[in-house]
Amino acid sequence: MKDNILIIHPRDNVAVALRKLEIGEMAVAKGIEGFRALEEIPASHKIALRDISQGEEIIKYGETVAVSTRDIKKGEWVHTHNLESKRWKK
Amino acid sequence: MSDITGYERKNGKFGIRNHVLVLPTVSCINGVIQRISREVPEAICVTHAHGCGRGGPRDLEILSRILSGLVNHPNVGGTVLIGLGCEIFNTKNLLPLIKETGKPLEVFNVQEDGGSLRTAEKVITAARRILSEISSQRRVALPWDKLLVAMECGGSDAMSGVTANVAMGAVSDWLVEKGATVIFGENTEMIGTAHVLARRAKNAEVAKQIEQMIGRAEKLTQEVMGDLASVVISPGNMDGGMSTIAEKSMGCIFKGGTTTINQVVDYGEVPSEHGLILQDGPGYDGDSMAGLAASGSQLMFFSTGRGTPAGFPVLPVIKVASNTRIYKAMKDDMDVNAGRLVEGQALDRLRAEMADLMVRVINGEKTKAEVNGMDVFTFMTVHPPF
Repeated sequence: MKDNILIIHPRDNVAVALRKLEIGEMAVAKGIEGFRALEEIPASHKIALRDISQGEEIIKYGETVAVSTRDIKKGEWVHTHNLESKRWKK
Repeated sequence: MSDITGYERKNGKFGIRNHVLVLPTVSCINGVIQRISREVPEAICVTHAHGCGRGGPRDLEILSRILSGLVNHPNVGGTVLIGLGCEIFNTKNLLPLIKETGKPLEVFNVQEDGGSLRTAEKVITAARRILSEISSQRRVALPWDKLLVAMECGGSDAMSGVTANVAMGAVSDWLVEKGATVIFGENTEMIGTAHVLARRAKNAEVAKQIEQMIGRAEKLTQEVMGDLASVVISPGNMDGGMSTIAEKSMGCIFKGGTTTINQVVDYGEVPSEHGLILQDGPGYDGDSMAGLAASGSQLMFFSTGRGTPAGFPVLPVIKVASNTRIYKAMKDDMDVNAGRLVEGQALDRLRAEMADLMVRVINGEKTKAEVNGMDVFTFMTVHPPF
């Protein structure tokens, strides 16, 4: 099956959807076991690669890009509704 | 990998083009420049919106550095400089900064040389004479350590930081390995990444300069944007899946690769170090390109996802599309399709293709922006005009 998510760095806990993923669709990338998208993921948006607790850092490019504001389950959409900037609070 | 060639200058620099530049000190004489460009299309005739009305020391420093940087640029073989006469930074002020280049240079002033029409006639004759004079110059082997390549991104989309900038980062690492120098700027797009970049500095002093530069950019953004600072990334960015400025910034700084940062230079300043260099310049494409050019970059890679055609007057700009859709939609503007990375293309293969294209461009092959004449010339100012 063709990859539909991209993991940019091995440390990352989120991946980038290469196209829109439907609810329940298998997310596939090289080097990981496929898992289901728990909600619709818009193209180029982030999907959680594992469970992320509230207050945990969101890692993309191998670096911290945000902090989660609530528990996020593996397969959930990760965006402004469940994270905040470490620099500037919303 | 074939060898690269260029034009050796008397000051030890190497150009990858041999342009004749026609440059005004001030916007009041843009009409004269346009007249000349119609008569001598082989010359690079640039116009700009600056040159007077901003007398503060920082704006004068930038103005003098950008104008002299263009005349001194290694891709320029000779220059006709045109002033008006009464402007705040005239040809007499500029001359001490450019007379050491060892390249043909002629200077005219519209108020002293008979007005716009007669000055244009004189410049046309001078430009043709310089074109003829430098046309006999031949390319010689260009050592890799004499090459400075700029990395720029603009009109970014959510894939810019995933495909195009990642591919340009791989090219950056490859260039540094070859002994070349790579430079990138856009300090607003580094906000949120100070800890990442400072960790890669060659010593504590450079690390401190990086933190100060990004700190100033962040402070300025908050001063200007107020409560809106948290959305300094645009709604379009958010629609594309970028959630924070740090996330957007990581995708941006990836274009410089992963090597040690050896120096931080001011806007338009010429680096004295090799390897990876950061420039303290703005994120706005046109202003950023001018600063990177004045620093002496002979060549630029420029990633874009939304699709900007912008090039720069004296240096070839290689346009890297971040997605296949925009590559196809703007085929005449794009040189590389990095969108293939999400379609199964291996990164090292794309990097090798981009390096091959770069060698051909260095050796004379024209980029799309060069062929199309997409030159943009504007530069940073820090105060409103008086």
